[in-house]
Amino acid sequence: MTEPLVLGAIVAVAVVTAVLGARGVRVARTPADFLVAARRVPPTLNASAICGEYLSAASFLGIAGLALQDGLGALWYAVGYAAGYLVLLAAVAAPLRRFGAYTIPDFAEGRLDSPLLRRAATVMVLVICGFYLLPQLQGAGLTVQEAVGGPSWIGVVVLGVVVVLGIASGGMKGITFVQAFQYWLKLVAIAVPALVLLLLVQHPALTPVHGAAPPVFHKATRVEFPDAESMRVQRAVTVRAVGTVDGIRRDGTLALGPGDHSIGAGTTLSFPAGTPAPTVSSDALLSYRQWESPLVRIGGHVIHPLASTYGVVLATFLGAIGLPHILVRFYTNRDGEAARKTTSVVLLLLACFYVFPAIFALLGRLEAPQLYTSGQTDSVVLVLPRLAAAGTLGVVLSALTAAGAFAAFLSTSSGLLISMAGAVSHDLLGRGVRTFRISAVAAGVVVTLGALVVGGIAINVLVGWAFAIAASSFCPLLLLGIWWPGLTWKGAIWGLALGGGASSLGVILTIAGIGKTGWPAVLLGEPAIWTVPLAFATMVGVSLLTRRDIPRDVTRKLLALHLPERVRLPEVSA
Amino acid sequence: MRDALWLTLIVAILAIGGVAWFALRGGRHLGTPTQRATYEALHTASLAAPALRAGLNQDSAARAVPYLRTLLGARGAALADLGGTLATENVDEEHAALLEAPMRTAMSRGRPQTLAADQHACGDSACPLQAGVVVPIQVDGVVVGALAAMGPASSAGQLRLAGEVAQFVSRHLELAELDRSRRRADQAELRFLRAQISPHFVYNALSTIESFVRTDPERARELLIGFADFTRYSFRSHGQFVTMAEELRLVDTYLDLERARFSDRLSITLRVAPEVLSVVLPSLVLQPLVENAVRHGIEPSERAGKLSIVIADADNEAVVSIEDDGVGADPTYLGRVLSGTSQAPGIGLHNVDERLRAVFGEDHGLTIETAVGAGTRVLMRIPKFHAGVHV
Repeated sequence: MTEPLVLGAIVAVAVVTAVLGARGVRVARTPADFLVAARRVPPTLNASAICGEYLSAASFLGIAGLALQDGLGALWYAVGYAAGYLVLLAAVAAPLRRFGAYTIPDFAEGRLDSPLLRRAATVMVLVICGFYLLPQLQGAGLTVQEAVGGPSWIGVVVLGVVVVLGIASGGMKGITFVQAFQYWLKLVAIAVPALVLLLLVQHPALTPVHGAAPPVFHKATRVEFPDAESMRVQRAVTVRAVGTVDGIRRDGTLALGPGDHSIGAGTTLSFPAGTPAPTVSSDALLSYRQWESPLVRIGGHVIHPLASTYGVVLATFLGAIGLPHILVRFYTNRDGEAARKTTSVVLLLLACFYVFPAIFALLGRLEAPQLYTSGQTDSVVLVLPRLAAAGTLGVVLSALTAAGAFAAFLSTSSGLLISMAGAVSHDLLGRGVRTFRISAVAAGVVVTLGALVVGGIAINVLVGWAFAIAASSFCPLLLLGIWWPGLTWKGAIWGLALGGGASSLGVILTIAGIGKTGWPAVLLGEPAIWTVPLAFATMVGVSLLTRRDIPRDVTRKLLALHLPERVRLPEVSA
Repeated sequence: MRDALWLTLIVAILAIGGVAWFALRGGRHLGTPTQRATYEALHTASLAAPALRAGLNQDSAARAVPYLRTLLGARGAALADLGGTLATENVDEEHAALLEAPMRTAMSRGRPQTLAADQHACGDSACPLQAGVVVPIQVDGVVVGALAAMGPASSAGQLRLAGEVAQFVSRHLELAELDRSRRRADQAELRFLRAQISPHFVYNALSTIESFVRTDPERARELLIGFADFTRYSFRSHGQFVTMAEELRLVDTYLDLERARFSDRLSITLRVAPEVLSVVLPSLVLQPLVENAVRHGIEPSERAGKLSIVIADADNEAVVSIEDDGVGADPTYLGRVLSGTSQAPGIGLHNVDERLRAVFGEDHGLTIETAVGAGTRVLMRIPKFHAGVHV
């Protein structure tokens, strides 16, 4: 379907971002302006910018989508995304700022004096950012599909190209003010529709939401299938079909027996009121009681739920520390104290935001069961306003969430791609504007191809993997590097290789479809539960074996990390 | 479609992995035995070099001795300076004590000593460390230490090899000495730069303030305070590095005084990306460039002048541009100023360029775009992080 208003909202976000970016540098002409121009970014503004960059398609679309599909246990992701900053606040923010490192490879090299470790860290930056970019592009695909229709890969490709061009041309930069604006845009874009819909929904089904009942179409519902799907019908039902069903073109009423039916792309099915909503064959049909369970499910299936939950908790609590595109924002803070203040404001801002995806998931379950049928759970935030509110109001609210989703995609992916291109051009190819551009294009092309390949996986699961890899590689490097004098570069490299390698391998095997049941599904699909301890143990173990490689000036380095700025270190006499 | 995409992705990842592997491993491969032997020797020497570049002390000796022993092909090795043994490798305490005397002899005579098996004091005929050679280490013709290679027997070949290794150690200690003196020279130059700001500027500033004393005492007072701040900042002794914000504050106090002097003949634009205020750079890098633009660009010009200072955020770097529309300069003359062959007015430029390259590496010097009558633009790129650069 084409919604001009939704398309307009997306274009408006892009234009406003570009205009703000062009005006992002403050200009001073008179003496009084001079010091204003050179004034630091206050912690609140910087915190907004960090949230703007952090709240990605996963937070905006993914959490609500996954909670709708797999049950409320998916809200652990929201808890973890916010709680990660608690760890960052307590253990990392202030020391890292004092150290003066801009990127994680900077920290690795500065703390452990090893150019080789720097390159290993650079490779991890590429892996983590790459995995993080996949779901952003996927989210962009959904958003564009919502605006102009058609299969979602068109949106992935178009927006991959837009961001790559924006960064390669130098027109898209991570300017603090622009990113801060993106946070507030996202907050408004998700909060207003959620609150309006809460007011609007006067639904009889609001009371009997408990029990063993599956979601039901409470009124006659038309379901559109933008992509080809396999649908599982529970109870025989007669629908009106327009399009391809089980390989035969249909245009009229059709009786569907229980079992799997293949539906062609672009098909529309109209279900009568009162029928249980069929689901996509690969997803389990959850009753309300199952849906309410607070433990994480893998693809809707209960597989060792407690272990899976701990996997998600470990990955998200510890992963935020190791996200390369977020840490560079802390450099803008004046000192360690400002970094700490910034982090606590971030916690507050994130907590405000994450209330709303939960509201969308619940309303989606009640108001839009057709999303289960067409396998479009990830787009619940985008389509729910139009499905639940009639007429212009629904379209306006839809346009608002589309604008927010687009802002989420834009801010996060530009930050990620800048980090990737910077890492490649700075550490692997040699500096310069030209290599930066080439790197941006190369990284963009690889990730866009990747996004097309992983198409069917929930956005939030993909982001969870990026967190799992970060938690198994950079988190131990930063925590041990900051708090343990005994870390050596050999220990760090082995830890990065084993922890990062094992978690990446688990993720790749899961994407390739290996290990779908039992323990393999948990250990490969939520790898953090074993790869985080593995990375810590490796770093500590190898460091203890290679004590000779502890940097000679380790005491001075730890002082630089932990001594408040008020106390100045005496000059080293050469 | 999906299969083709998978294939493309896998090929792309493999290609990138290959490039990364090549970059990390540096294309190491085996060769003929001679090539391998040469490689091994040079590689071991290159591992010992960084420690020796720090000068001869307990710590550097301890790090270098294992590699030196490999180079010497000896069972055990020891390194001493004039004060006594600094570090040993594979030599027990008893033998280390026995080595003290021959090392001292080698150092005082400045000649190699051979310890034949029957002369060595240990007396145990099965001892694996009963013989060896001791060679003195000289820096600029003065003995600074000694190197001992120990084994079951001593030979002329071993003596020759030990002599070469001692030469290698000497070379690197000389380089270390050179590093130290260069650093001292840099610091002297920085002190000179600080002292050199004043005469011209102090005179101008004071006469400007004087002109306000009667007409606008309040303004004169403000300028005087600014002047005091300026001198305090530029003469303060602590810290080789400062943040961009501090450096900008200095530029501000400086420009305040110049603004008062030029009044409406000077218009200034400042554009700073707030993200780069935390960048750490060598102190007194920005202000001399601004002063240069005012003094050699705008002041000699008849017309009113425009000065613009732009500091932009460019991913891993801050890009600083200082531009004036004044008289400009002859590029070849300026080239001589930068290379230090012409001393006169551009000492600030030369010094800043030198220090930037000394701190951040050769590709971080000043870039100057100018022509006679066309104004001047000075560009520099400051990395946001550089190992060892810290406030």
